[in-house]
Amino acid sequence: MSLLQTHLLQTRGLSRHFGGVQAVREVDFELPAGEIRAVIGPNGAGKTTLVSMISGRIRPSAGRIRFKGADITGLRNWQRARRGIVYTFQITSVFQNLSCHDNVALALQRKRMTGLSGRVHLDADALRGEAEMALDRVGLAARLDERAANLPYGHQRLLELAMGLALAPELLIMDEPTQGLSESEILAFCDLTRRIARETTVLLIEHNMAVVMALAGRITVMNEGAILAEGTPAEIAANIDVQHAYLGT
Amino acid sequence: MTGRKQDRPWRTPMIVLVLLLAAQFVLPAYHHGNLTRIMVFAVFAIGYNLAFGYAGLLSLGHAMFFAAGLYGAGMSAHFLGFSMPLAFLFGGLCGLVLALAVGLVALRTRGVSFMIVTLMFSQAIFLTILYFNEFTRGDEGFVLAQEIRQLRFGETVLSLTDPTLRYNLALGLFAASYLLGVALLRSPIGRVLVALRENESRVQMLGYNTFGYRLLALSISGALSGLSGAAYALLFAYVGATFAATQYSIYPLLWVLLGGVGTALGPLIGTGLMFYLVDFASEITSSYLIVVGVVLVLLVIVFPKGVIGTLQEKWRGLRS
Amino acid sequence: MSFGAQLFLAVLEGTVSASVLAVTALGLSLVFGVMRVVNVAHGEFFMLGAVIAWSVAFTVGDMPLVSFLIALIVGPLVVGGIAVAVDWLILKRIDYNPEGTIVATIGLLYIIQQATLILYGPEARAVEPPFYFLIQFPWFGYSGYKLIVVGISLMLLLGTWYGLTRTRLGLYMRATQYDREIAQAFGIPVRRVYAAVFALGGGLAAIAGVLVVPIQQAHYLMGHNPLLMSFIVVIVGGLGSLRGTLLAAFVIGISDGVISVFFTPTLAKIVATLLVSLVLVVRPAGLFGEKEP
Repeated sequence: MSLLQTHLLQTRGLSRHFGGVQAVREVDFELPAGEIRAVIGPNGAGKTTLVSMISGRIRPSAGRIRFKGADITGLRNWQRARRGIVYTFQITSVFQNLSCHDNVALALQRKRMTGLSGRVHLDADALRGEAEMALDRVGLAARLDERAANLPYGHQRLLELAMGLALAPELLIMDEPTQGLSESEILAFCDLTRRIARETTVLLIEHNMAVVMALAGRITVMNEGAILAEGTPAEIAANIDVQHAYLGT
Repeated sequence: MTGRKQDRPWRTPMIVLVLLLAAQFVLPAYHHGNLTRIMVFAVFAIGYNLAFGYAGLLSLGHAMFFAAGLYGAGMSAHFLGFSMPLAFLFGGLCGLVLALAVGLVALRTRGVSFMIVTLMFSQAIFLTILYFNEFTRGDEGFVLAQEIRQLRFGETVLSLTDPTLRYNLALGLFAASYLLGVALLRSPIGRVLVALRENESRVQMLGYNTFGYRLLALSISGALSGLSGAAYALLFAYVGATFAATQYSIYPLLWVLLGGVGTALGPLIGTGLMFYLVDFASEITSSYLIVVGVVLVLLVIVFPKGVIGTLQEKWRGLRS
Repeated sequence: MSFGAQLFLAVLEGTVSASVLAVTALGLSLVFGVMRVVNVAHGEFFMLGAVIAWSVAFTVGDMPLVSFLIALIVGPLVVGGIAVAVDWLILKRIDYNPEGTIVATIGLLYIIQQATLILYGPEARAVEPPFYFLIQFPWFGYSGYKLIVVGISLMLLLGTWYGLTRTRLGLYMRATQYDREIAQAFGIPVRRVYAAVFALGGGLAAIAGVLVVPIQQAHYLMGHNPLLMSFIVVIVGGLGSLRGTLLAAFVIGISDGVISVFFTPTLAKIVATLLVSLVLVVRPAGLFGEKEP
């Protein structure tokens, strides 16, 4: 907790425009390690755009991003994933035609694929064991050999999460993770997230306020492309500007 | 579907190869020769399957890789006096290098653009072959002399005009390619390629350099296509520009689709079936290519999984 | 002829082929823009237009202007009809799946080509131009018909632009291109718009074939080159951009024409391929294509 504590993630003047529309304007965002940070805001506030720039899915129009002290602005998305920034999609995108095992194996094997032999041959049994463990973390161990397409939606979201976790991320970005989940699934998700947060910094975009209030250590509120307010859940709940932004008064 | 296929992946290939090995003793001369040709072309199809079936790269220009091997082997044997094995490997190398060069440019595009770019490059190569008529003899092509088509082992000289030798060489090449295809499908690289076909950005977000993987797939595909072309030149003694035309880019697509995209055995089945279909059709009409057209349309509407794919589905249905 | 005169001639030739190319490529581009599919048989529609023009001329007899005018109507109608049939029988069935459409239209290419071979034969046959007069330049005489072709092509391009921006069908097409689902939600009959667009694309190719046949000859393989050139144009211009298609058509058409006159057509194609590669290395989406994020 020293004054020299560097943040895990930092953005300076991050901006993005699409044609004439300024989606994100001059955002200075800081995320210390170990936090669960929620990003909220009305539709069109720029949340997904901001997070997409952090994960590398889209390029910024201006500004810089630092991760673990290094400037990653120029890195492609797959390079950032290798550095430890893992993103789970808003619309679930597990590989439908592959089994759960293969889905998770794709994540697991990446770490092992160094050198020529690693790329060509992998200890299949060891991999299978690890896949089982990875699926067990989200409670899907029983579905190891099932095709992902056969899973109900909520379980596909969990599979997606298992894949993300299998990469041992330092920063896990989740884009509207509870969308489409039932009440009980949401409760299980919150539980799981708290467990994950013990080892990983979590950044999530959420619309479900109950989840945000329950999970977040700090909240960043965005509106019209800029950060409107930041603080603990209690502070944000009491913030007049935030209420205006949401209610439009 | 349980992991049963994973447990014994080599069973089907072994059965197929043993059958092919045995077939040469029972087949009449006509079919014996056909099967040799089919096996050589099946290697081309396996190469295409790797790019299209595994990695999802719909190329309409693979004729250029086949031609690279054809001319690489043919011209090095004819003009430079390369021995058969050397010419063969050189042909494969030509296919590989061309695929790498083309891939570096073409793989910057995807989907429809990629298809068009590969078509264009293939056309350019075809025209280049015609342009350098003096060396390549253009459309007419040239024939490789019998004397150079020999394998020497010390004192023994085997001539490639011998159908038995040809059959077994073709079988050897096919076996190697077939087994490579099976092995690749099960390897970590294969897993990435298959996932890439389905959802490239997701694979990227897992930390994979997908450009590199697509380039790898195309390069191996080009190498196999080149080896197929080289084998054709050396075994059947003819090198000509027809093999560089668009038709020979459509054929491997057709063979792979008919056999079953992304399956290991599909390429052989598709090549064989189509070979006999065309054979049959050309006895009825000189416009036998219309059969190609009809089959393609039917494959898309009625039979998208091809022969092996449909069989696999029925098999899955029976077991579960 | 002096170099200047040769260059002028080359530019004229290039302009003629560019105009025809623009019309052909526009058809392909419209289909891709609205329906998001590629019709690999597009060149065969072009060829059919030419063959139909010959058939009309053959039937009508010694009245080239009359047969030309009839062909201008019959050609696109027939090809448009075939296009609608293809859309209904094949494309709808596979729900306009991009990969499936490519494969199916490749099959269609072979079917049309070979059917034409069977019915029309392997020969190349000439068609009389509807009128024959020379425009006399100081250095050479130039076929007036070719300039008429340029004029008609420009009219077609303008007409299409007008149709797209001013008519209801054009509005439907642009809306469907923009967002298929929203268009459906607004009650636009997307299925029928698709059929119309596909017919329009084929019809444009057919007209181009009718226009070109007095200059070239009608031959069952003549669709190959227009297809390739249209592909090149659409890639360089950027998939889905009509503006890009037209610009690229003129640039590529004229340079192809010029190089063909001074060197050989073969070299022109090789150069075109290299140029396209260059464009793609710098801008993978083409000149006006949708930029990558």
